[in-house]
Amino acid sequence: MSKILEGLKYSETHEWVKVEGDIAVIGVSDFAQKEMGDITYVDCPSVDDEFEQGEEFGALESVKASSDLICPVSGTVVEVNDAVVDSPELVNQDAFENWIIKVRMSDASQVDGLMDASAYKSMIGE
Amino acid sequence: MAEIIKTTCLHANHLALGAQMSPFAGFDMPIQYAGITAEHLAVRQSAGMFDVSHMGEIFIDGPDAERFINHIFTNNISGMPMGKIMYGMMLYPDGGCVDDLLVYREFQPDHYLLVVNAANIDKDYEWMLAQQEGFEVNIDNQSDIWGQVAVQGPLAEKTVIDVLGLDCAAALGFYEYCNALWNGKRLIVSRTGYTGEDGFELYTDQQGTVEIWNRLIEAGIQPCGLGCRDTLRFEAGLPLYGDELSQDISPIEAGLGMFCKLDKAEFIGRESLVAQKELGTEKKLVGIEIQDRAIPRNGYPVELEDGTQIGTVTTGYHSISLDRSICFALVKSEYAALGTPLWIRIRKKTFAGQVVKKRFYQTNYKK
Repeated sequence: MSKILEGLKYSETHEWVKVEGDIAVIGVSDFAQKEMGDITYVDCPSVDDEFEQGEEFGALESVKASSDLICPVSGTVVEVNDAVVDSPELVNQDAFENWIIKVRMSDASQVDGLMDASAYKSMIGE
Repeated sequence: MAEIIKTTCLHANHLALGAQMSPFAGFDMPIQYAGITAEHLAVRQSAGMFDVSHMGEIFIDGPDAERFINHIFTNNISGMPMGKIMYGMMLYPDGGCVDDLLVYREFQPDHYLLVVNAANIDKDYEWMLAQQEGFEVNIDNQSDIWGQVAVQGPLAEKTVIDVLGLDCAAALGFYEYCNALWNGKRLIVSRTGYTGEDGFELYTDQQGTVEIWNRLIEAGIQPCGLGCRDTLRFEAGLPLYGDELSQDISPIEAGLGMFCKLDKAEFIGRESLVAQKELGTEKKLVGIEIQDRAIPRNGYPVELEDGTQIGTVTTGYHSISLDRSICFALVKSEYAALGTPLWIRIRKKTFAGQVVKKRFYQTNYKK
């Protein structure tokens, strides 16, 4: 069973979003990190990069595969988690503690279209 | 109706061990149990075990067996001693590769075992039958009745002797085998593998295969999936049919010319290889290392600094044993020299690298 945190929003591509004012903290779900196995590389954007909702903003690499990171909301990157760039295995250790980027949202209403914990839980079949 | 996925005789064992399963070469196979990194390191540092029952076993015998195999096989089996094993390829007339395989010389005259890739069993068997005219040989595809477990790593010899009682293993050199009995059935103890380490491949019937597997599990040997089988063979510079060898990639292009004996009187594809050697080939397989932790993967473009694509990655990893981002790539031959600077496009960025030797990892085979 994967860990799913209540109070977060989830995308169909397994990113989670935690809303802090107009900032969206974005990471990947525990389910996603388990599916990927040992994560060895996090390909991150730079601060001030802008992304549309649904746009690829980076990628995770495990030994066996790479998986695109899809931006769940539109906005501008305000912070990148250097700790996971330096130590990608942190995502395996705790996918919720170790966020990937923070985005200043250009349209906070997009969050309403994401799944809540129970909807995400049923999507992954757990 | 979807394609029917086959299972090996160890399928229930994989499920019981909680393996992550995935289709490979038409079989539902374990990709990993404990994780690719842990399994990879077990093989490099102690011992690991693999279900390779999906591989194909085709037996050839008859008065023309040697002549027939020399006709379809790039290496030269003339004068090969009993109990020895030889690696090589079967080719199409244009030099493209039908498969790469092992030939075992049996302990009776005119008898051979050919071990082929799982994905190619039917194609290879049909190919052999189609070349049979004019040769007095029997070709017997026994792939469905043999199981196979590979035990690989520096402790492999100790493991097969202590855990399985296969004392004949000790005297074997690399690419040699002996016959033993397991429950009265034939057991082939073959000092071969696909990991760059010392190791054994154990062929017997399905019931014996399950017993051998369980014995090794009880002894605490790490079960290993196809995930680390690929990272291990890649580091050791070994090709995978479909990626580094194929109908479109000849052994000369793949850098496997040493297994093609062009001084042999004839074999299918020989003229094409002679021409490739004389005239050179358009593309060549190389190793490339990039100076970043990003991972070059199958299909990614290889470019010059100005963005011109001159090749494609065939296999790549961030190497577990070496902590380097490395890959095999097929590139235009003029860019294949060691030290040539090349760039790999990974998603939206390009990463600078250079051509390096393909055998990334120093292999530890038994001399």
